[in-house]
Amino acid sequence: MILSRRSIILSGIAVAASTAMPRFAYAAAGTARRLVFVIQRGAADGLAVVAPTGDPAFAAARRALADETSGGAKLDGLFTLHPALVTGASLFAAKQAHFAHAVATAYRDRSHFDGQNVLEGGGSRPYERDDGWVGRLLILLPAAEREAIAIAPAVPLALRGTVPVGTYAPSRLPQADADLIARLTAMYEGDALLRPLWESAVKTQELTSDIGGNNGRNGAELGKLAASLMLPADGARVMMVETGGWDTHSAQRGRLAVQLRGLDQLVGALRTGLGPVWADTLVIVATEFGRTIEVNGTGGTDHGTASTAMFFGGGLADGGRVSADWPGLAVPARYQGRDLKPTRSLERVVAGAIAQHYDLDPARVARTLYPDA
Amino acid sequence: MSTHYLAANRFGLGRRWDDPAIGDPQDWLTRQLGAFDPAPAAIAALPGRAAIAAAYLDYREDRQTMRREAADMPISEEEKGMEPELRRLSRSEIRRHYVDAAGARLANAVATPTPFPERLTHFWANHFAVSADKITMIGFAGNYEFEAIRPNIMGKFADLLIAAVRHPAMLLYLDQALSFGPDSPVAQRVRRRRKQAKLGLNENLAREILELHTLGVRTGYTQADVTAFAKALTGLTVAGLGKGAGQRLMPANARPGDTVFIAQLHEPGAQTILGKRYDQPGARQGEAVLRDLAVHPATATHIATKLARHFTGDIPPPALVERLTVDFRQTGGDLPSLYSTLIASPEPWAGGATMFKSPWDWTVSTMRALKLPAIGEKQNVPAIFTQLGQPLWRPGSPAGYDDLVATWAGSAALMQRVEIASRIAGRIGDRVDARKLAPLIVADAMPPDIEQAITRADSPGQALAMLFASPVFLRR
Repeated sequence: MILSRRSIILSGIAVAASTAMPRFAYAAAGTARRLVFVIQRGAADGLAVVAPTGDPAFAAARRALADETSGGAKLDGLFTLHPALVTGASLFAAKQAHFAHAVATAYRDRSHFDGQNVLEGGGSRPYERDDGWVGRLLILLPAAEREAIAIAPAVPLALRGTVPVGTYAPSRLPQADADLIARLTAMYEGDALLRPLWESAVKTQELTSDIGGNNGRNGAELGKLAASLMLPADGARVMMVETGGWDTHSAQRGRLAVQLRGLDQLVGALRTGLGPVWADTLVIVATEFGRTIEVNGTGGTDHGTASTAMFFGGGLADGGRVSADWPGLAVPARYQGRDLKPTRSLERVVAGAIAQHYDLDPARVARTLYPDA
Repeated sequence: MSTHYLAANRFGLGRRWDDPAIGDPQDWLTRQLGAFDPAPAAIAALPGRAAIAAAYLDYREDRQTMRREAADMPISEEEKGMEPELRRLSRSEIRRHYVDAAGARLANAVATPTPFPERLTHFWANHFAVSADKITMIGFAGNYEFEAIRPNIMGKFADLLIAAVRHPAMLLYLDQALSFGPDSPVAQRVRRRRKQAKLGLNENLAREILELHTLGVRTGYTQADVTAFAKALTGLTVAGLGKGAGQRLMPANARPGDTVFIAQLHEPGAQTILGKRYDQPGARQGEAVLRDLAVHPATATHIATKLARHFTGDIPPPALVERLTVDFRQTGGDLPSLYSTLIASPEPWAGGATMFKSPWDWTVSTMRALKLPAIGEKQNVPAIFTQLGQPLWRPGSPAGYDDLVATWAGSAALMQRVEIASRIAGRIGDRVDARKLAPLIVADAMPPDIEQAITRADSPGQALAMLFASPVFLRR
């Protein structure tokens, strides 16, 4: 488990001082750590990102998408990494990547809005909180490490709280992403005036804003930008990066590969850009919920429940491992007969990783980040 | 039925999320006619004509100084690439008057509790369009709408026409300020002194009043009518902005920017226009012509057609045009009576959304929906509407902007709206739930498939962008 190094410290030398001494005395003494939270808006299919190819029910359930991950890195006897995650695979081999599978937030319905609200707010129900778990984390950090920024036009819920947070939105990026364009294409389909106008507009529009655009180079650009904002001594220590386009109801094979290629380049550019600081960096990639186990009629998957969270970083405690209390894909093992069953709380996994990264008391971290759990 | 949607969008400027329920749509619109405030705070606070005229005079003085000093005055690096005219304009206060007025217009449209009369103000400002292309009148463009159009939209058409024609923006834009009666005392004097003096009649305003503001194009008036009408209008000009001969004739108490009548510029004698003889003295001659034109049957049909189109679509139903025409004739062009006829007529309430919102309408309705105080942190109102293809008070022609679907429904324009919607939605994020907002804004015209598409968006921001880019929101 991710908590391992933290556990060793707790069980050893730190125990005596743990209650009396402010924990962040440790953090302040070391080099300033970096945290990057990458949100995957739209419900990324964890079963395609880290595919349980070794599950006996996998091939039959995924049918047309069963070979989506062929050619990907074998992570262990059960899991195969999506082949688009090239940097991800090499980080995994270097024990700098960890994947937590069959995880979900406390939210159990299938609305993107509500799911993202719980993922970011860290409440147990949608709209329970008007601050976010990253925002609450900031108050646990020494003042010098609270510098936080979102690459977004406004502060996302996850970063909101009592500590002021900056935002940075590169204006040169076009605003209408490929997913929105696809949805509007469907919306204008029956409109005799708008359909031809839109078709011609889309033809002339370069789809360059989403991370997958421009053959993944947009992801690299975003990663480079994030690194440049975090690298300086007085730069940001905590960052949130928004990604969209994960709602693959149709044609998942191609669309997800493009998305993951962008994400992979984003992580790669972060590692390259941060250089030596990568050793003190934790990257958390998470989505609001997963997708159905079965493939739908349009080569895609619909809203589901449990998914995969990804952790990257030079000092990862549990790198090179997929952690899962694997429920299995057979119909009786599924959540409501259709979804990957959540067997672990995403909140607890995140809190554990945070506590380990900042050398903070795990119980205190869990209480602060997820007070309603 | 989609009467609430039509009341809010076709007649109004779009709903704000917390607006009280419309109730009876026709009653809701009728009440606005009585509640209209011609000078709301944002507009009343703007500087008047004297300050605008002063800005122009400062600019002109700077230009003259620069011209004198041009030989030995160094030009900075930043200024090197600029056109000389632009370089001077960028330093002037003229542009600030224009920008401030544009900001006040937008703020007022977003905040107003009486969106129907606001729409009518915008309609009339476009009907009597000036285009802020001339340096002399750029600063006056906003003041024109606020002081000539706004206070007169609830009276008779004749008074609105006369106020529009007499405002310095119109007099300068359509060259009336430079028009001299060819046999006026001043012209005769000048001719005696210099044989080739170019002083004379300018027909521009007279022609456009006949063609655009009143009778309409090809309604039977002749070139002789245009010339005679132009002569009748001579003498009407703007104080303090011109140079040379005219300025010495200005009344002593006239301040720069005042509309004045100078008898010595007026063409003497009677004029015959559309078969009627006008022998009134001085300024009363032109005004008498305007009052007759304002109630002419062709004017009734022209105005009825344009109003009907604005509230139904490209091809206005003949029955509605006829009803408005009759109303116009019977009441002598009483504007509130026309508005009431529009409200009471079945045609504007029939069918769904047929018109494509202009960039102005779309932006205002988006901002109203969210009650946005501004479109961005550093809001540059003129730049936004120039980018969207509808520069404020600058249609480029005295005909104003066309009022047709094809005028605004273009592919690049559509993509631009989607991108702006996306940008606004990105800033709002999950602070607004589009699923709850959509039924409030689109009311009884929400197609189920659009509602479902918004519900299925992959994030709150995307849902918001989809709402503002939805076919029903793009139209009115």
